[in-house]
Formats: sequence, C-alpha cells, structure tokens
Amino acid sequence: MSTQLLLIQSLNGLQFGVLLFLVAAGLTLVFGVMDFINLAHGVQYMLGAYLGASLAAATGSFWLALVLALPATLLAGLALEWLVFRHLYGRDHLAQVLATFGVILSLNQLVRMVWGSAPLQMPTPALLEGSIPLMPGLNYPLYRAAILVAGLATAGLLWLVVERTRLGALVRAGATNAPMVAALGVDIHRLFMLVFGCGAMLAGFAGVMAAPILSVDPGMGDTVLILAFVVIVIGGIGSVRGAFIAALLVGLIETLGRSLMPDVMRLVLAPSPARQTGAALASMLVYVAMAGILAWRPRGLFPVRAG
Amino acid sequence: MTKFGRRGVLAGSAGALAMPWVANAQAPGVKIGLVAVQTGPAAALGTHLKDGFMQGLKHLDGKLGGLTASVVDIDDELRPEVAVTKVRTALERDKVDFVVGVVFSNILQAIIRPVTESGTILVSTNAGPSTFAGAGCNPNLFVTSYSNDQVHSVMGAAAETNGYKKVFILVPNYQAGKDAVAGFKSRFKGEVVDEVYVPLNQLDFSAELAKIAAAKPDAIFTFMPGGLGVNLVKQYRAAGLAHIPFLSTFTVDESTLPAQQDAALGFFSACPWAPNMDNAANQKFVKDFEAAHNYVPGSYAAQSYDAAMLLDSAIKKTGGNLANKDALRAAIKAADFHSVRGPFKFGTNHYPVQDFWLCKVVKRADGKYATETVRKVLENDTDPYAAQCKM
Repeated sequence: MSTQLLLIQSLNGLQFGVLLFLVAAGLTLVFGVMDFINLAHGVQYMLGAYLGASLAAATGSFWLALVLALPATLLAGLALEWLVFRHLYGRDHLAQVLATFGVILSLNQLVRMVWGSAPLQMPTPALLEGSIPLMPGLNYPLYRAAILVAGLATAGLLWLVVERTRLGALVRAGATNAPMVAALGVDIHRLFMLVFGCGAMLAGFAGVMAAPILSVDPGMGDTVLILAFVVIVIGGIGSVRGAFIAALLVGLIETLGRSLMPDVMRLVLAPSPARQTGAALASMLVYVAMAGILAWRPRGLFPVRAG
Repeated sequence: MTKFGRRGVLAGSAGALAMPWVANAQAPGVKIGLVAVQTGPAAALGTHLKDGFMQGLKHLDGKLGGLTASVVDIDDELRPEVAVTKVRTALERDKVDFVVGVVFSNILQAIIRPVTESGTILVSTNAGPSTFAGAGCNPNLFVTSYSNDQVHSVMGAAAETNGYKKVFILVPNYQAGKDAVAGFKSRFKGEVVDEVYVPLNQLDFSAELAKIAAAKPDAIFTFMPGGLGVNLVKQYRAAGLAHIPFLSTFTVDESTLPAQQDAALGFFSACPWAPNMDNAANQKFVKDFEAAHNYVPGSYAAQSYDAAMLLDSAIKKTGGNLANKDALRAAIKAADFHSVRGPFKFGTNHYPVQDFWLCKVVKRADGKYATETVRKVLENDTDPYAAQCKM
C-alpha cells in the first residue's frame, strides 16, 4: 500500500473517530456523572437523525432542520428522563440496563410506527456539496470535512465547559463523588437533569450530522451504541478527554485494521483465505484493543477517580 | 391515568385486537399463513412482501380460486425460533391451508420441515436457498422468486458481456456474501482485482472506497442488502467514484431507493422483474399498488403478488378441492397464471425457470425512484442445482 493511500486511510479513520466521539461524549457524561448506564443513548442518536431528516424534508433546509432538531432532541431527552430514567438513579446497574433496553425496544417500534420501516434520506446541505480531490479518482466530500470540524468544535466546547466553568466543576465533582456534592448543598437532581439533557442533545446532534452519509433506519442506533461503549470504556468512564482520545483511537484501529489486515494476512496465507481471515480479524481488532487496554489500565486511559 | 383506567384501555384494546380474529376463524374457504418480517431493520422488506400479496388478493376480490381467503399474519421477527413457534401455531391451531411469504433464507430453512411434514404446501415468495433447489428439493415447496445464486450469476454474465476486464468485489463477511461472490464468479471470466469482506454492521465505507479508487477497476460488483447498501451508495457517489460502473444485487431496489435517491441513479442491479415491465398484468399491479400504498413496489411485492395469482389459478384448477394434495401440487406446478414477469414456469425442482434482466435505477417522470430493465441477460434460465433434484 502506498504512503498516499495510508495517509488517506488515516484521515478516514480520524473522521470516523470524530463521528464516534460525537455519540460517545454524551454517553460518557451521563455514565460518569450520574453512574447511570444508558443503553437508550443509541436511540436518542436515532431520534436526532429521524427528526433531522423529517424537519429537513418539511422545511427544505438542512440548517433549519439542524437548529430545530437540537431543542427537539433535548426535549425528548428530558421527557424520557422525567418518565423513565429518574426512577432508576438509585437502582443497581442491572435495573438500569433492563429499563433502558426496554426504552430501546419501545422507541425503535415507535419510530417504525411514525416514520415507517423503510430507510429515510437526508440531503447534504448545498453549501457543503462539493468535494476536495484527494488522489486521482477519489474525492473527499466537503460534508465529511464539516463533520470533522463539528466534532473538533464540540470537543473544544465541552472541554471549555467541563474544565473552565463553575458548572463544569460541579459536573466533575459529581462524577467523582455525587453524594458529597449533594451534601454541599448543590441540587444534584437538577444537575443530573441538565447533564442528561445535554447528553441527549449531543446524541441528537451526532444523529443529524450522520444522517446525510448514513442510512436513517430504525436499527441505526444499535450499531453505533456498541462502538460508543467501547470508546467510553477505553477512554475512562466519565472523562470527556478520554472519550475524545479513545474515539480517535477506535476510529483509526477500525479503519486502518480493515484496510491493512487482509494485506498483512497475505504475507502468511494464500490470497483467498487471507482476505477472509483478514476481514474477520479486522472486525475483532477494536475489541482486542479494548481488552488489551483494560488489562493494562483497568479504569481506562483517563480514569476519573471515583470514591 | 388511574389503575382502573389503564386496565380498561388494555382490556378494550385486547378485545378489539381479538375481534377480527374471531371473524376469521368462522369464515369458510381457504386460509393462508403469511410469513413476513415486520420488526427489526429488515421490516421494510416484509412490508413490501405483505402488501404485494394483499394487493393480489384485492385484485381477486378476496378470493383464491373462488374460495374466500383469510390471512393469518405471521411476523417472523427475523428469528428462526420465533418463526417456527408461530408457524406451528398457525398450522395446528389455525389450520392454515398454505404458508406463503418468507423474506430470508434462514427463516425458510427453519420452517420448511414443520410446514411440509404436516403436508401443507409452502410457497416462498422471496427466499430461494440452494439447499432446497438440488438434492434437497421438496415436493411441498414452491418458490416464486429465484434461486439465490442465480441473481448474482446474472451480474457476472452482464459484466462479461459488457466486456469488463477488471472487477473489484465488495461484500459483507457472512455466508450470503460469500455465495454472492461465488455466484458472480461462476459467469464472470475476467480478473477480480480484489475481494473485500466487510462486517455486517459496517457504517463507514471510506476505507474501502479509497481501495477501490486505488485499484481503478472497470466496474465494481457488490451485494449490500438494506442499510449497508444505503450507506455504501451514498458514500460511493459522494467520493466521486460513480464513473466506475456500480454492479449490484439486492443493493439498489425499491426498498432502499427512497433513502438513496439521486445517489443511486444509473447504478445497476440484476433482477427477474422491474416495475416498468411491459405486460398487462404488471401494469395493472404496479398502478393499483402505487395508488393503494403510495410507494413503488419492489421485487418482494411482485413475487408475492404472483404467489396470490398462482394459488388462485391452482385452486381454480382443482375445483376448490384442497384435500387432494397431489392434484393441488400438479395444479400449482402447471403455473397457469399471468405473471407480472411475463413468461413464468416451474422447473422440476419447483424453482422458476425465467428470464433475468440487467436493471438500472432511474428517476421517473413523477419524481419517484425505481429500477428499470436495460436488457435481457439470461433467457429461460434454470438454476444450476435443478439437475440434482429427484422428484
């Protein structure tokens, strides 16, 4: 493989990582601060994509759809928090997993009832329709560059809020020791609601951003959820910085693994079995990496020290 | 809501759900168990299948061969064990006369024994695994779609006649993906520059697209069903690769086009049927289907519509006698109906002998997206396993 192709694949990996970070950021906040396993994070991402797609169809504008979908997903997140999740904060993780899994099933079905089971489409905004030639015969769509920028901006903004503001201090304190924060007179429930709402909105934002390049269908949240969990476990639960680094790492491993593994296998195997073992190994690589990192650092790369 | 209120609503809706069921149970005539996946990511295919069969019944005034037809809805949930339980219930409790439908081969594989061993006739309107086409053929199984490998081999033949020398293959890493590669290669004699296998839950194809651009093939061949295909097609177009002919099977069809739209224009598919086929039966089907359901029917719908017409013709032939299975099987085998595909007959293994076409995605004058026939690739094609069937 040429250096040029390797560079392009690395760029692809980073971009996929940034997309994963958009989904994982909200998840790690909710898990870290509230010690709450939210399997329904994936369906919130799906909801963002569906709302974005139908708002874009109704208004005819991607940007208007994006602006409207964000408060809509925030409201949906708060409604879910009020209806289901707040009754689970005191429960153990098993109860949370079961209940949020139930939310996945119901919301997937609800989406199917409202929008039908056929996949939807969301057009790329006209402003970002162009592309940059990467090499002869291959273009890099501007929209993907926009995802890259949006992801980096989100990461920067989150870092600023979490590390540099009073609210961020509370969030970090909550992640470390929630009962102590409550004992100091902070309304922890309001803080939880805020964090949860932001998490839902981040998931929705990721959904809208992903909709023009991915299929908007009722199962879309489930595939991304698994990778998002891998990201936050590698990064250290509750750490935004960890989620960012881990997302880039997972994106790179996943993309480079897929493009290099079959070639690597060809060094020791005949072409046909090399392709298939290469593909099989590549799809395991992320999980192998996760196991390796956990064996080395059981609390992830950037552990948030909790009591 | 108070406890009483909630219970009241639940009881009321349960009652409402049960009522049509009671009416069905008392109706005389012919009873069909319609197996179509209606949950999960593949539900769109089940919807096509079900709507197609129901459209057939509608055109037949709710009768099959003069007998009033009632349909027992079976959602297989794309889970073989669920399919078996539900189909058993339909056979034993509801006493269905036929089981029709089935989108996926693994579901067909799960239900074929319970259905055919009870002496009931099974009409598959989409799944066509090779397992039951050759030595494992079954007198009680009829397939109105195709043998799976056949469709992939059509694309191989089309690539060959188009004179492509170098083809890049991209498929998901599971059995059906490997079958697609084998089917394609069975008729393509040129060079396969690379075969890439991706996981079934792949989201981003940019790594593969870069490989395709670097390999500079004359065409690519791919089999990416459902959401995979939507992602691939959009990203392939956005990466500026659309000048490389996109040969595919089950990747661009009426079930995915609403999401692919312009991105899929001009992409190729192999098909036994397309909505634009010029025969009276098809024009009536497509026109009324679109009016009733507000979407363009796909092959899943067409093959199920054909199944309704097939059963109608067979029951008519036996004079409404469903008890004499030998006569019924012979009547179905005769396939004395007007298929939306035009010529249609069964081979010795009860799989169709039919023409296959190269199809292309177009935007119709009314703004809807559909596949359209480009040219006939294979005529009266029998699947490669039929010779091994002793029936």
